[in-house]
Amino acid sequence: MSHINYDLTTLWAGIIAAALFFYVVMDGFDLGIGLIFPFFEDKAQRDAAMNSVAPVWDGNETWLVLGGGGLFAAFPLAYAVIMPALYPLVIAMLLGLILRGVSFEFRWRARNQERANRWDAGFFAGSLIATLAQGVMLGAILSGIRVSGRAYVGGWWDWLTPFSVLTGISLVAGYVLLGSTWLVLKTEGPINARARRIAFIALAGTMVAIGAVSLATLTLSGRYLDRWLSWPNILWVAPVPILVVVAGWVVWDHLRRLQDRWPFPAALAIFFLCFTGLGISIYPMMVPPSISIYAAAAPEKSQMFMLVGVAVLLPLILGYTAWSYYVFRGKVASDAGYH
Amino acid sequence: MFGSADAIILARAQFGFTIAFHIILPAFSIGLASYLMVLEGLWLRTRNTLYLETYKYWLKIFAISFAMGVVSGLTMSYQFGTNWSVFSDRAGPVIGAPMAYEVMSAFFLEAGFLGVMLFGMKKVGPKLHFGATCAVAVGTAISAFWILSVNSWMQTPAGYEIGPDGRFLPKDWLQIIFNPSFPYRLVHMLLAAYLTTALVVGAVGAWHLLKDRTQRHARLMFSMATAMLAVVAPIQMFAGDMHGLNTLEHQPVKLLAMEGHYEPSPNGASLILFGLPDSKTRTVRHEIAVPKLGSLILKHDPDAPLKGLNDYPQKEWPPVPIVFWSFRIMVGLGVLMALLGAVGLWARIRGRLYDWRWLHRWALLMGPAGFTAVIAGWITTEVGRQPYVIYGLLRTADAASPLAAPAVGASLVAFVIVYLIVFAAGFIYMARLASHPPHAGEPETDTGPIRTGGITPGNPVASSPELMPAE
Repeated sequence: MSHINYDLTTLWAGIIAAALFFYVVMDGFDLGIGLIFPFFEDKAQRDAAMNSVAPVWDGNETWLVLGGGGLFAAFPLAYAVIMPALYPLVIAMLLGLILRGVSFEFRWRARNQERANRWDAGFFAGSLIATLAQGVMLGAILSGIRVSGRAYVGGWWDWLTPFSVLTGISLVAGYVLLGSTWLVLKTEGPINARARRIAFIALAGTMVAIGAVSLATLTLSGRYLDRWLSWPNILWVAPVPILVVVAGWVVWDHLRRLQDRWPFPAALAIFFLCFTGLGISIYPMMVPPSISIYAAAAPEKSQMFMLVGVAVLLPLILGYTAWSYYVFRGKVASDAGYH
Repeated sequence: MFGSADAIILARAQFGFTIAFHIILPAFSIGLASYLMVLEGLWLRTRNTLYLETYKYWLKIFAISFAMGVVSGLTMSYQFGTNWSVFSDRAGPVIGAPMAYEVMSAFFLEAGFLGVMLFGMKKVGPKLHFGATCAVAVGTAISAFWILSVNSWMQTPAGYEIGPDGRFLPKDWLQIIFNPSFPYRLVHMLLAAYLTTALVVGAVGAWHLLKDRTQRHARLMFSMATAMLAVVAPIQMFAGDMHGLNTLEHQPVKLLAMEGHYEPSPNGASLILFGLPDSKTRTVRHEIAVPKLGSLILKHDPDAPLKGLNDYPQKEWPPVPIVFWSFRIMVGLGVLMALLGAVGLWARIRGRLYDWRWLHRWALLMGPAGFTAVIAGWITTEVGRQPYVIYGLLRTADAASPLAAPAVGASLVAFVIVYLIVFAAGFIYMARLASHPPHAGEPETDTGPIRTGGITPGNPVASSPELMPAE
């Protein structure tokens, strides 16, 4: 009746992970642009930065809805435990995303520049709140969530630990890296130079943060330590940190040589590798330390029904999303068309 | 200091508050997306720039409404888990899948093509652009399909079985999706969306006609809106009546609360027009009623017996006064809409559609009526479902997250503050856009370089009509 299919569940864990990864890389760069909004030199730069993401941010954010909705559908127990456990963070993230989402439209509608600046401030604040909340969530989940039976049993501030604060700050550095390298890719002129300078700093911050979070993760639980450092596991997982360093070097080298094309893809590669590292740490747990993906899984009948939808619709989604990016391809000029 | 009952009241208040703000935006977006599709289609067919200019005028308003709908909808998709985790755990295997289908088949479609719809006319050409407009319009309707299916399942659950651990498990997806109240609710809601938009478009047209009755765009809007009202409002009354009969069949207690019948009526029920229901004394004070009419409407027989709320234990009742009054507000506004449509039709036959100023003033006043009716109808059906979250099976009080009341209280305050600021600003911006008359050479934006500048994504998307690529 409520039969669990192990292969199907693993596949679904992969689909949810993919949706989350798509979300992180796609909304990551537009959140990152929000994070560096106060550091642009003038309105023209802010406008160009905003315009580089205006046609696509809405689709980017939809991956977050798919991550949440997909988790609800395929792993309802995990959804029902994580959401209350991280309650203040989820609410803060939603409010932050609301504030920044409407700023895209509202900043053009304000009566005067002073009021428009308030929406720019809202765009920054909303992006910062949402990013910090997402980063802290990651740390809180890695640290473990207290569960009894089928419910969360901790308090409403349990998520706040030094480790989760570290992951929160780290994600800010990472999103700034994505946002600034995106602008390096999509802009030219003064804003391009500005974005490049920010990207150097963000790269350094991100690499330090990755190192710190990785080491701190190993101290969280014997399970994580065992996953990464026991023999022969270490042979299999060692390429991940090595490739992170390589990708970091690629970002640095291309920034240095003024080659605009590759820093952003390389920054994405860093995110992909970190994401892989996370998977290595927690698989097959969904809510560490007690709920595995199999315990959290929806019955086979639910997962199967949705799999049909994924098989048919996901290729279409990827297709027209790619088309939309293709339509708005190329550099955004920073100096044209103002009046 | 706080009990779990307080936490549940606060969680319900938060859900009610956030969804009341959310629901009016998709209701408006569904209708407006279809209206934009019609306008652009008419422009492509006739090449009359009047349609294109009106399209661009409403597109700016649509962009704001859509952005607010997206972000307020994001809240909804997480609130099931944050505040109703027991419900999520137990009902997730059944309702999770349709909601995932909503994301995959509707949200991505809308979001994926919205960018092209807003910024891409010059880049993709009119025909592909029209395709994007259609994709967005279809996406909004698909979204309504899935979310109303889920909502209807919570009202009239079907196609499930209950597992040993108390979870609802899927048995038959077709029965789950097409559960008994779904077709009625879907039709009722889609028509409500069209009416809401028609009333807003009509009010904006009327506003500009009051200032200048020769304004061409205002004439077009007012003409299209009143025609829409004349056709759709009567259909909506019929659809609402069918929905009511369906409710009588599947949720009799809700229907009796809507009607305000505490006492059973063995010889035919009256129709209570006004009154003050009081569940303590189980009476309706100051009642004004038409004898036998209730049974005539509900059973098509004036003498047919109707049960009363007293036939059911009081712990199965929803809060009767709320349901009773929200229902009357919805129906009253619906009657006014149908009347406006009928008078508009009469004015058109007399050839005075653009001349009767009292008609324009009336239409202006009716502008927000659709939003009010949608919220009132939503309160009727959702409060009427109480005390259950899944009707007859899972009580709201047993479905909430294990959260302390201060946590929920704090989030509720935060939602109220942020929503009031953000949504007030949004509605002011939309009203400000609508207060300016459309004009020839309507730009896609009046300020900001985003759509007028020569920068991606803001190519000069027709600052003047002749810039439009003509095939």
